[in-house]
Amino acid sequence: MKKYLLSIYQPDGDPPPPEVLGPIMRDVEAWESEAKAAGAWVFTGRLHPVGTATVLRPDDGGVLMTDGPFAEGKEHIGGFVVIQADDLDAALDWARKATLATTLPIEVRPLHD
Amino acid sequence: MPDIEGIFREEYGRAVAVLVRAFGDIDLAEDAVQDAFTEAMRRWPAAGAPPSPAGWIITTARNRAIDRLRRESSRDDRHAQAALIAATDEPAQVEGPVRDDRLRLIFTCCHPSLSTAAQVALTLRLLGGLSTAEIARAFLVPEPTMAQRLVRAKGKIRDARIPYRIPREADLPDRLRAVLSVLYLVFNEGYTASAGDRLVREDLCAEAIRLGRLLAELMPDEPEVWGLLALMLLLQSRRAARTTPDGALVPLAEQDRALWDHDLIAEGQEIVRRCLRRDQAGPYQIQAAINAVHSDGPVTDWRQIVALYDQLLLFSPTPIVALNRAVAVAETDGPAVALDLVDDLDLGGFHLFHAIRADLLRRLGRDAEAAQAYATAIDLSANAAERAFLQTRADTLSP
Repeated sequence: MKKYLLSIYQPDGDPPPPEVLGPIMRDVEAWESEAKAAGAWVFTGRLHPVGTATVLRPDDGGVLMTDGPFAEGKEHIGGFVVIQADDLDAALDWARKATLATTLPIEVRPLHD
Repeated sequence: MPDIEGIFREEYGRAVAVLVRAFGDIDLAEDAVQDAFTEAMRRWPAAGAPPSPAGWIITTARNRAIDRLRRESSRDDRHAQAALIAATDEPAQVEGPVRDDRLRLIFTCCHPSLSTAAQVALTLRLLGGLSTAEIARAFLVPEPTMAQRLVRAKGKIRDARIPYRIPREADLPDRLRAVLSVLYLVFNEGYTASAGDRLVREDLCAEAIRLGRLLAELMPDEPEVWGLLALMLLLQSRRAARTTPDGALVPLAEQDRALWDHDLIAEGQEIVRRCLRRDQAGPYQIQAAINAVHSDGPVTDWRQIVALYDQLLLFSPTPIVALNRAVAVAETDGPAVALDLVDDLDLGGFHLFHAIRADLLRRLGRDAEAAQAYATAIDLSANAAERAFLQTRADTLSP
């Protein structure tokens, strides 16, 4: 089995209202249950909004600290899931279901063994 | 003297595909097959080719790969040990599953998680046996760029674990579309471009057709596979007539039909007829049918062509298809009707749009406007033969 990181891209700004978010969260929970039951789920992390980010950079022997994310953009990683699968196609199957459940774009990347 | 180069072209992809299945490592497979051909170059000229060159290459390559894994596995590589066990258990078959191996390799090269550029390059490299230098030349990029592209693509297959298999039924429509478009891109790269090494480009057409035949043999129930093969055969049949000896472009209507390859036409038309009987139309089949009509008899039946373009528009409602349809309409309903259709299209940046407008305006006697359209078309075209052709047309206009 190989591990894959599913990064979920989220548009910056306020989350959608509860009547929109409610059904999405239910779908995401259903996806999670399914992945757990299949033994594909490893762990997940949900991130606070991008405004809470701080970036540190090595700077002339010291460290420079700045407010904000690593890169400016209209969307940022809002959360991630690590899954395990036999191959990329199997990982993409989980990602396909996850992208439909979250209604958000998802990047799939293999982890080093 | 055995034709090792010909055997290489024929058997390289097959051998690599078998070795990838046996060892699950593309680089190892390629190196081993190349070693085997180097060995063949050394031995065959004196000893003669063995009865089954393909079998000899595969067996030799397999032994080379096993030797290499043995050397590496002494440095306690568990994966190499595992691959070694799997590989030595495998009987040295040449027929049977081998055919599926090549198909698996095509689908691996055309996995949707690889860029189209990488898909094309990998297909030519692993199945066509083209060298990195040849592929780089064909796509007009520096050799190091192409080498890097291939290394990255092979790295992605390995690290992301892109599976080496024919996709499941559910994935097939998407995946097959990628495979077909890669083959067509390879073909078109050889067919339309004028810059670069001409011989290599003809090689690309031949290679695309060879892979198309292979795909049709392996997936005989997919009508679009046959459609693409027929399309390529019919386009290829006109190769000798498309340019004059000094490389100038000859439009379809003015081509010497005696120069067309009538064997290719017969084969292409037979496939188109079979597709029609099956009645599961798709864009490649329709384009093949359009070219079959062009190849049929001394003059083109333009009404049939318009009807086929109407059908093609249902599948691909693009302005390019609409532009091609307008060219046919000019023959059935006259240039004025066609010009109205063309003027509605938003294709101002496309040289053929202006070339076709220019031709229609010329036929309507609107010479001043035609001259302007020719000038724009010449400006936008990057192809020397095409520019020269448009210039001779423009020169016929009255000032």
